[in-house]
Amino acid sequence: MFKQVAAVISMSLQTLPQRIGASSVIVVGIAGVVAVLVSVLAMGAGFRHTLADSGRSDRVIILRGGSDAELNSNLTRTDVDAISNAPRLAKDSAGKALLSNELVTVVNVPKIDTGTDANVTLRGVGLRLAEVRPELKIIEGRMFHPAVRELIAGAGAAKQFRGLTVGSVLHLRNADWTVTGLFTSNGDVHESELLADVDTVGSSVERNGYSSAVGLLSSPAEFTRFKDALTTDPQLKVDVQREPEYYAAQSKQLTQIITVVGKTVAVIMAIGAMFGALNSMYSAVAARGLEIATLRAIGFGAVPVLVSVMIEALLLSLIGGVIGASLAWLFFNGHSVSTLGGGFAQVVFQLTVTRSLIATGIIWACVIGLLGGFFPALRAARLPVAEALRAA
Amino acid sequence: MSEAIVSLRNVDKRYVRGKQSVDVLQGLTLDIPKGEFVALMGPSGSGKTTLLNLIGGLDTPSAGEITVAGQRLDQLGQGALARWRANHVGFVFQFYNLMPMLSAQRNVELPLLLTNLSSAQRKTNALAALTLVGIADRAKHKPNELSGGQAQRVAIARALVADPTILVCDEPTGDLDRKSADEVLHLLQILNREHGKSIIMVTHDPKAAEFAGRQLHMDKGALLEAGVAA
Repeated sequence: MFKQVAAVISMSLQTLPQRIGASSVIVVGIAGVVAVLVSVLAMGAGFRHTLADSGRSDRVIILRGGSDAELNSNLTRTDVDAISNAPRLAKDSAGKALLSNELVTVVNVPKIDTGTDANVTLRGVGLRLAEVRPELKIIEGRMFHPAVRELIAGAGAAKQFRGLTVGSVLHLRNADWTVTGLFTSNGDVHESELLADVDTVGSSVERNGYSSAVGLLSSPAEFTRFKDALTTDPQLKVDVQREPEYYAAQSKQLTQIITVVGKTVAVIMAIGAMFGALNSMYSAVAARGLEIATLRAIGFGAVPVLVSVMIEALLLSLIGGVIGASLAWLFFNGHSVSTLGGGFAQVVFQLTVTRSLIATGIIWACVIGLLGGFFPALRAARLPVAEALRAA
Repeated sequence: MSEAIVSLRNVDKRYVRGKQSVDVLQGLTLDIPKGEFVALMGPSGSGKTTLLNLIGGLDTPSAGEITVAGQRLDQLGQGALARWRANHVGFVFQFYNLMPMLSAQRNVELPLLLTNLSSAQRKTNALAALTLVGIADRAKHKPNELSGGQAQRVAIARALVADPTILVCDEPTGDLDRKSADEVLHLLQILNREHGKSIIMVTHDPKAAEFAGRQLHMDKGALLEAGVAA
């Protein structure tokens, strides 16, 4: 059986160049499907990756109870004092808790590509920023000074929005702010933000409280005890989450939308490509009618014929899948885009064509090929030999 | 009379197309002894190719019994028929039906892929068959590099290579000039006379039929008469 299958496949592949037109319909159609699917899903993966990379398991974010995002959370100074006194927080050498009280607001900054204003997060951060967020690195210029209108811009934001160069002045919230530096933050969501001194931001937006407090635990295992200490304090009404969980929740809705939209578009295209594959494989079977009938007359079984047509469809689909995934990777992997995140501010992220997305694209290609090849293969296998010989 | 290699009893063949049915063979009874070279003649539509297809196991009868090489073909399914054909029948077609992408030798090897022979043995047997039909020097050539007569010799070598019980030839000289046709027919005659091959050949050509030991004439799905040995 194996020899028969190998012989029939070898013959069908050798005749492929004579059927290049019909065969390329399958390759091009499926490459298109896979390129679109992988590119759209790369958006979701990039967005998820950016938000999932935000935070560490020993860092917690405290919001007002019932708030699902920093923008609609409000902590008073009393709240933050109480939080800083809670047990299980990491302390510095002077015994002070490593806690950054933060205030998040949205400012308008024009986008580089369109010139239209977009919402950008301006995050006021506490003086313990460097200890609480050690991954934050100044890559150009210097850190902002407290009590003056200075800010540092994330590297992602600097790529997407105008005026975010060191030394430039931005007019935000009726005041001029000087950009003193650019920073990276392991590619996380904060690279889409502008950071400044929390009290200066507070006075600028005329708010006395904070949006959140971000603290470093003495160890990741202390999370439950820390959380219990805060949530059982009758003076406080707060929610405590590990940072990765908070950002995962923030990314969930948009990632789901991107995934659903991506897959819907891909399914529609896949149906088209499947009909293309069906048509091409029917043509291939018709073109090989005499060859198949002769082999069947000689004594070759129906199964090798069926398998050979399926394998040809699979192989062409595989080529299409690899081309499509390669195109997606070539043109979109690492491409920076921005979109509205969970907090109504732009999140800058890079499309990420992961190995699993490439595998997903190729699996889709193979499924389309198998479905498109099955019925023509069945026809080839069931070809009445005498009739086919007579027709030829 | 020697044992019958082909035996048909009251064979009918009816083709149904939608609501229309066409009776191609009706109540056909025939015996062909082992080692005979039979020419089937008749006008177009007389049923000779249908009869050949039934004998070669390419088609099944609507009614009646067909026994070839001791096997009741009317009782076999498609899979079993394919296996039976591989073991017992060598086909020669009017237009040779060679695989255009394969060399003459690889074409001849095709039926041997259905056996347990090693690659080296397949090659040896294929070359032996090509030698038998006098075309071993063209073993590496592809069909489009061969003349019609040469291509038909390759097709005959392919039909012979697995040592079938019976050779079934459908208009084997229909696409050849007279000289090539005579050479091919002479070759078939040698295979019959010197190698004892049973051959059934459909032909329109009375001169071709003269190479056979017996001529059978068909018309409207029935056998008319039995010819005499040449």
